[in-house]
Amino acid sequence: MLVYIARRVLLMIPTIFLISIISFVAIQLPPGDFMTSYVAGLRTMGENIEQEAIDNLRERYGLGQPVYVQYIKWISGIILRGDWGQSMEWQKPVKDLIGERILLTVVLSLVSLLVSWFIAIPIGVYSATHQYSILDYVMSIISFIGVGVPGFLLALIIMYFAQTRLNLNVGGLFSQEYINAPWSVERVIDMLKHLWIPVLILAVEGTAGGIRTTRANLLDELNKPYVELARAKGLSEWKLIWKYPVRIALNPFFSTVGWSLASLISGATLISVVLSLQTTGPMQLRALTSQDMYLAGSFLLILSVLTVIGTLISDILLAWVDPRIRLEK
Amino acid sequence: MKQDQLLIAIKNLKTYFFLDEGTVRALDGVDFDIWRGQTIGVVGESGCGKSVTARSILRIVPRPGRIVDGTITFYRRLHDNGAGQIEEIDLTKLDPTGPEMRNIRGAEIALVPQEPMASLSPVHTIGNQICEAIMLHQKVGKEEARVKAIEMLDRAGFPQPKQRIDSYPHQLSGGLRQRAVIAMGLSCHPSLLIADEPTTALDVTTEAQILRLMRSLQHDLGMAIMFITHNLGVVAQMCEDVVVMYMGRIVEEAPVDDIFHNPKHPYTQALLRSIPRLGQKTKERRQLESIRGTVPDPYTRPRGCAFHPRCTQRIRGVCDQTEPPWLEVEPGHKVRCVLYG
Repeated sequence: MLVYIARRVLLMIPTIFLISIISFVAIQLPPGDFMTSYVAGLRTMGENIEQEAIDNLRERYGLGQPVYVQYIKWISGIILRGDWGQSMEWQKPVKDLIGERILLTVVLSLVSLLVSWFIAIPIGVYSATHQYSILDYVMSIISFIGVGVPGFLLALIIMYFAQTRLNLNVGGLFSQEYINAPWSVERVIDMLKHLWIPVLILAVEGTAGGIRTTRANLLDELNKPYVELARAKGLSEWKLIWKYPVRIALNPFFSTVGWSLASLISGATLISVVLSLQTTGPMQLRALTSQDMYLAGSFLLILSVLTVIGTLISDILLAWVDPRIRLEK
Repeated sequence: MKQDQLLIAIKNLKTYFFLDEGTVRALDGVDFDIWRGQTIGVVGESGCGKSVTARSILRIVPRPGRIVDGTITFYRRLHDNGAGQIEEIDLTKLDPTGPEMRNIRGAEIALVPQEPMASLSPVHTIGNQICEAIMLHQKVGKEEARVKAIEMLDRAGFPQPKQRIDSYPHQLSGGLRQRAVIAMGLSCHPSLLIADEPTTALDVTTEAQILRLMRSLQHDLGMAIMFITHNLGVVAQMCEDVVVMYMGRIVEEAPVDDIFHNPKHPYTQALLRSIPRLGQKTKERRQLESIRGTVPDPYTRPRGCAFHPRCTQRIRGVCDQTEPPWLEVEPGHKVRCVLYG
């Protein structure tokens, strides 16, 4: 097991290296650079900027140099000094800019992921063990609606009702006075007050999908002979269902943790835009459109690394729950 | 046989499957008795109701199947008082998932299933799965259950049980898996072991070993075995009495020697003709026979005797019209056929 993990970790290094090159090149592909659009923006506003100043800025960011020099500057900064570069648009170090947002995003996504699993798995199990019962049909209809309705639409609807009927302030993750305040107990409480709406919206989608997955997988397992033999042993239905077929039916949940990790950061962008949440999604979107290359590059790199790590975690989890994988040579 | 040796009496058992396409009468009035310590073979082609009989006794008939009529009386020996008192329980009246039935299932009546690979959970060790059965029916802790499991594995001829009890099913060969399943079935000393084609998935060498093992365990533990198979060779080797089933009914019941040397029912006779015998070809120079036709569509049972469309001795106007009677032609030898009326 340890050898397996070590080998997988070693393999991750070239993968991440390759990904970092590709993401950096991808950012450079569109014509022009941030300075071009920055200067153009200033000129349209009537301001004149001297060529010398522009050149200084270009020099500072290494914009005039070949792509590989820029890449080496960028990646060595990250690896050697933990310096993710300067966001050109925000005039702030990338590290300061995305640090808090990543934390918020992870909290939001993780909570909604867990909430959706806790709801989806029991309902899925019930649906499968009571296939074609009335409650199964009701749950199926609800989950199909949940899968079908796009999150941003749900966000708009919930926002409308929360605002007009419940008189709640629903935009964002914090009240006005806490947005830029340092972390404190009050700020956390304030966040929790705001958190439930995005969690609810994100969880609806996750739950609906989770119910369908659990139900379908469990139905496949329920008629397997090992379930029948467990029943023939005299185990109670409840115990045998949870111990045997559910355990195997949940494998897809473990194997998708890998993707969930990346979508923790990038997912829910649309919903975050609609709800104006201070998460990473909207900022990443903005950085890409404005060619803010260090910011965008950092995002791409973090996402890729998370995907790679997530895949590793998935594999380890799967090997942990399924001895057939663990013991394979 | 003395009446107190009766273990299970099945009377007019009917188990139907209610499917969208129609009702399948998987068991359509089955009667037979199982005595303590007896080995009874249940034979027949695929789909004749052998496995459904087993599942009906265990009350684990899968949906949409249901026992619609009949009784399965289980004569439970109360161990705690020395008088050997016997309690009569009609299994068909119990809630299949209720505690009473679950106390009998696994403890008094155990199952050895057909496919040892698929019948063990792939993600739990065999030790875990055997200990679970022991702890369920005996008041013992984890440690003691493990000791008992190792002892049972050892009895089942499982090599190095102490070291290998924590193996996963996929690490074991088919024969070892079946030994583990047998150990599991016997772990609570049942009075009846239902073996549902326990050697079908094994090669002949392993099959012979497993059969020998089951006989010696039966000798030691004194349980009855209901041996379900389509292999008449296995029946000859294992069983004292044989029940022949066709389309959800018993067509012949007799001691094993009578079945082989003096079969009455045309179906039994046809089954026996379809077994290859060593040396037979050179002596009699005849081709191996198979039974004409196939088992009829389960939704439409033929009128009269269900076997008449395939029977070589059918009497037109009789077999396709009237239900054949259940006749005792010799003591202990019963047959359902008009030829002996």
